[in-house]
Amino acid sequence: MSLTLQDISLTVDGQHHLRDIALTLERGTVNVLLGPTRSGKTSLMRVMAGLDPATSGFMTADGRDVTGLPVKKRSVAMVYQQFINYPALTVYENIASPLRVRGAPKAEIDRRVRAAAALLKLDNQLEKTPLKLSGGQQQRCAIARAVVRQADLVLLDEPLANLDYKLREELREELPRIFAETNAIFVYATTEPTEALMLGGNTACLSEGRLLQFGPAAQVYRRPTSLAAARTFSDPPMNVAEVMKRSGRLVLPGGAAVAADGALARLSDGPYQIGVRAHHLRLAPMAGSISVTGTVDVTEITGSESYIHIHADALRWVALVGGVHELEPGSPITIHIDPAQLFVFDTDGNVVVTPDSAADGALQRGRG
Amino acid sequence: MAQIELVDLAHAYWTHAEPADYALKPMTTTWRQGGAYALLGPSGCGKTTLLNIISGLVTPSRGKVLFDGVDVTGLPTERRNIAQVFQFPVVYDTMTVFDNLAFPLRNRGLDRRAVEARVREIAGLLDLTPDLSRRARGLGADAKQKISLGRGLVRPDVAAVLFDEPLTVIDPALKWELRSKLKALHRALDVTMIYVTHDQTEALTFADTVVVMHDGGIVQSGRPDELYDRPRHTFVGHFIGSPGMNFMPAQVMAAQAQVGEAMIPLARSYPALSAGAKLAIGIRPEHLRLSAHGEHRARLERVEDLGRVRYARLNFEGHRLAALVPEGEPPPSGPDIRIAFDPARIHVYADNLLVGEP
Amino acid sequence: MIKSVDNRAWFLVLPVFALVAFNAIVPLMTVVNYSFQDSFGNNQFFWNGLGWYQELLDPSSELGGRFFAALGRSAAFSLGILAIEVPLGILVALCMPRDGAQLAIGLVIMALPLLVPWNVVGTIWLLYTRPDIGLFGWLINAVGIDFNATKNAAQAWFVLIAMDVWHWTSLVALLCFAGLKSIPDAYYQAARIDGASRLAIFRYIELPKLGRVLMIGVLLRFMDSFMIYTEPFVVTGGGPGNSTTVLSIDLVKIALGQFDLGKAAAMSIVYTLIVLTVCWVFYTVLVTRDSQTVERPEVPS
Repeated sequence: MSLTLQDISLTVDGQHHLRDIALTLERGTVNVLLGPTRSGKTSLMRVMAGLDPATSGFMTADGRDVTGLPVKKRSVAMVYQQFINYPALTVYENIASPLRVRGAPKAEIDRRVRAAAALLKLDNQLEKTPLKLSGGQQQRCAIARAVVRQADLVLLDEPLANLDYKLREELREELPRIFAETNAIFVYATTEPTEALMLGGNTACLSEGRLLQFGPAAQVYRRPTSLAAARTFSDPPMNVAEVMKRSGRLVLPGGAAVAADGALARLSDGPYQIGVRAHHLRLAPMAGSISVTGTVDVTEITGSESYIHIHADALRWVALVGGVHELEPGSPITIHIDPAQLFVFDTDGNVVVTPDSAADGALQRGRG
Repeated sequence: MAQIELVDLAHAYWTHAEPADYALKPMTTTWRQGGAYALLGPSGCGKTTLLNIISGLVTPSRGKVLFDGVDVTGLPTERRNIAQVFQFPVVYDTMTVFDNLAFPLRNRGLDRRAVEARVREIAGLLDLTPDLSRRARGLGADAKQKISLGRGLVRPDVAAVLFDEPLTVIDPALKWELRSKLKALHRALDVTMIYVTHDQTEALTFADTVVVMHDGGIVQSGRPDELYDRPRHTFVGHFIGSPGMNFMPAQVMAAQAQVGEAMIPLARSYPALSAGAKLAIGIRPEHLRLSAHGEHRARLERVEDLGRVRYARLNFEGHRLAALVPEGEPPPSGPDIRIAFDPARIHVYADNLLVGEP
Repeated sequence: MIKSVDNRAWFLVLPVFALVAFNAIVPLMTVVNYSFQDSFGNNQFFWNGLGWYQELLDPSSELGGRFFAALGRSAAFSLGILAIEVPLGILVALCMPRDGAQLAIGLVIMALPLLVPWNVVGTIWLLYTRPDIGLFGWLINAVGIDFNATKNAAQAWFVLIAMDVWHWTSLVALLCFAGLKSIPDAYYQAARIDGASRLAIFRYIELPKLGRVLMIGVLLRFMDSFMIYTEPFVVTGGGPGNSTTVLSIDLVKIALGQFDLGKAAAMSIVYTLIVLTVCWVFYTVLVTRDSQTVERPEVPS
């Protein structure tokens, strides 16, 4: 099955929750809705499920119009942030419940429940009730219930948000395999860019009810089409600055300038915005690098790497550098940017230069 | 402002509990005045119990809590001179932001001018100044949590400020802002801070000393880089780092470790490992490199592309390992690939504990 | 585009519509009809237009004077019991044990008065306050206070209000208790850490969080007490004199005592409109309050 949304909008009490969303999702794919709280992720899922009718627009499944079809006539399963299970039923009965409702034969129920339980590593928990399980296992049970009914569309709304960090990591690693074994359209909402990348598949960047960009996760990450999409897909946040291109040079707010070579040379003169990811800021200069001098606000050590928060005039940037660097707050610092790793956006926020970063080159070499 | 000492502290939620049932196993430790501490561990590791004992919400079954040498074990929360920030924003809805921040000060009878000055200082540090005259009710979750933080930090004389997973309800982008703000506040205010979390990034970035808890006990406490580079317990290696350290059961003979059929050289020899101990070697994903010249064979199962880096998921002698592929290096293609271990970065563990320098 | 929203659910509501029509709309229309007519018994009716309404709303007329006096008594009764039951209910809720067996016992004791039928409550209090055989009436006379609710208007009011407070304070208390239970522990912990006094905790945490249930409680108690009939009918019968003749009692006197159906019908309509208006005001306040406080996640601003 493929699900196509055409210009879906949702307006509630004069507030635009979704604006002209156009999207096609294919069977057997994972589609991550990525965006901050209130960006419209849940609204979009509810429209896809048929829980809320869209204010305008169409929805088709395999070319068949399903716009007004109510949820119970669709083949949809949903997993929420809260661990929602039937507390009085055993894990087995919880997983079996959607099949029992449908009146499947007993042998088939047993076979499918056991398969789903095995997939989610719940084999040994089948006789327990959900409240006796850990949070991670409870959510596994909810996911198993969504998977077992073999719905065409499985919606997961921040399913890992209430779990411990390490449990999240564990399930994130397992989910792609679970998705691969279930031939449905998966839609997965999250606020965390890392989660979108780890799950792979496609990513749809949402902001204020608009779909900014949709495509394979790594591609959206490396080639965002707009500043808004790049911001949504950067953790730590993307470092941005207003610059001027003037007579072959790029002038930064503090007055630092660098010769505009390569892709930058082709830009016409005028104002632009540049974006740099935190890990592309360096402490050591290199040939042709742009230097920005500022003040250290705070440093954070993650064990093997350090985040250095700096400010230079109005800029507030975060650099991620390897190794442990305890820098005194207030001390001056100069950071360096390889111009080849710059994103450049026009004043409307549309991308005009994407870094021809080594990673992309590598990607092409890897294919060749 | 105080030094906090925990002396032979232990807690069980029911009487006559066996040592194995202790929610908190006996511990003795000292936290210095002005330090930033993080209690890090999974749900159920006892970190919240420990926090509640320090704040006075739970009375320990055994042992003492000392603030600057004074025994406060029996004192109720309100007489301990601590401040606490909770997981979900606690604000007084009907008050303005200013009144919220002033509340703890006014309750202690500070005069108006002192209250005003202190509230403005804290509001400035938290970027709350424009909202001071607004009612708290209408604000968003992040602004409300900032108010909670502010109320925790507003009292100049507190012994310690305790944070119970304070960034749970905050969006990732704002987490960055609040986290660095908190760290800056710690420097500006010189107050002891204790931060409870299950999130290693929050713990490592916030604290100068991270206390890793597991199963009711402290397994290691130290600077973030110490915990990362030399985890004293396999749990610490697994819990810190994302993905965590790779562990493989091994036989260790002098300066070599045998994993399955493979012999891996070590940086030094381990002559006296007690017989019968369960031995394992551990190595971080970034010290395990994919290299055409690597001397070991592995099978590539999957590549995770996290944008900035890639992780190759490998099967090596029946063990699942993660190896880091930095940005700029070609993504591996496989299934059969070669890997290299950095001998200097391999740790040896006996019964889950790091085998130290001789 | 298929807009196939399933409308069949409406069929399930039809029986209720039929029942409501039979039960409420038809009788109401009869009353409306009566209110525009005059009757001299014998089932003869004469068109009177808005005559009854004009008389009713003119305090200088006989009917109007009577109506406003009764309305005043009803309002005074409602305000009186609210002024006692709401603070008392909050106080009781604050003193309730938080959990365990004590809580169960407390809840059962509190629920008991709510289970007693109205006319039984009236009878209990009638007997209880009688100066000859009632425990309370006899005792208070024994200590030298002359007490007889059938003779003294102030004492009749005292009995009515005491009875309502006894009967219904539990309801307010239970609502408040539910409201208090829903306040997360973290709020109390934070307040203790902030050094808040008990009064401050009540003023800044409990009272704001109780706002909603209190509104519902006040609404319920207002409606109920404003329409009270059985208890005053049993205890005082509206007396002594007309001193406890509240609207409902006066209405019945006019309708069934004097058989002035037209006047009574007009009075009923105005009575109903007053109740509806108050109800609407409360509802509006509740809804606007909610829309200010409820946070809706995942909604773009």
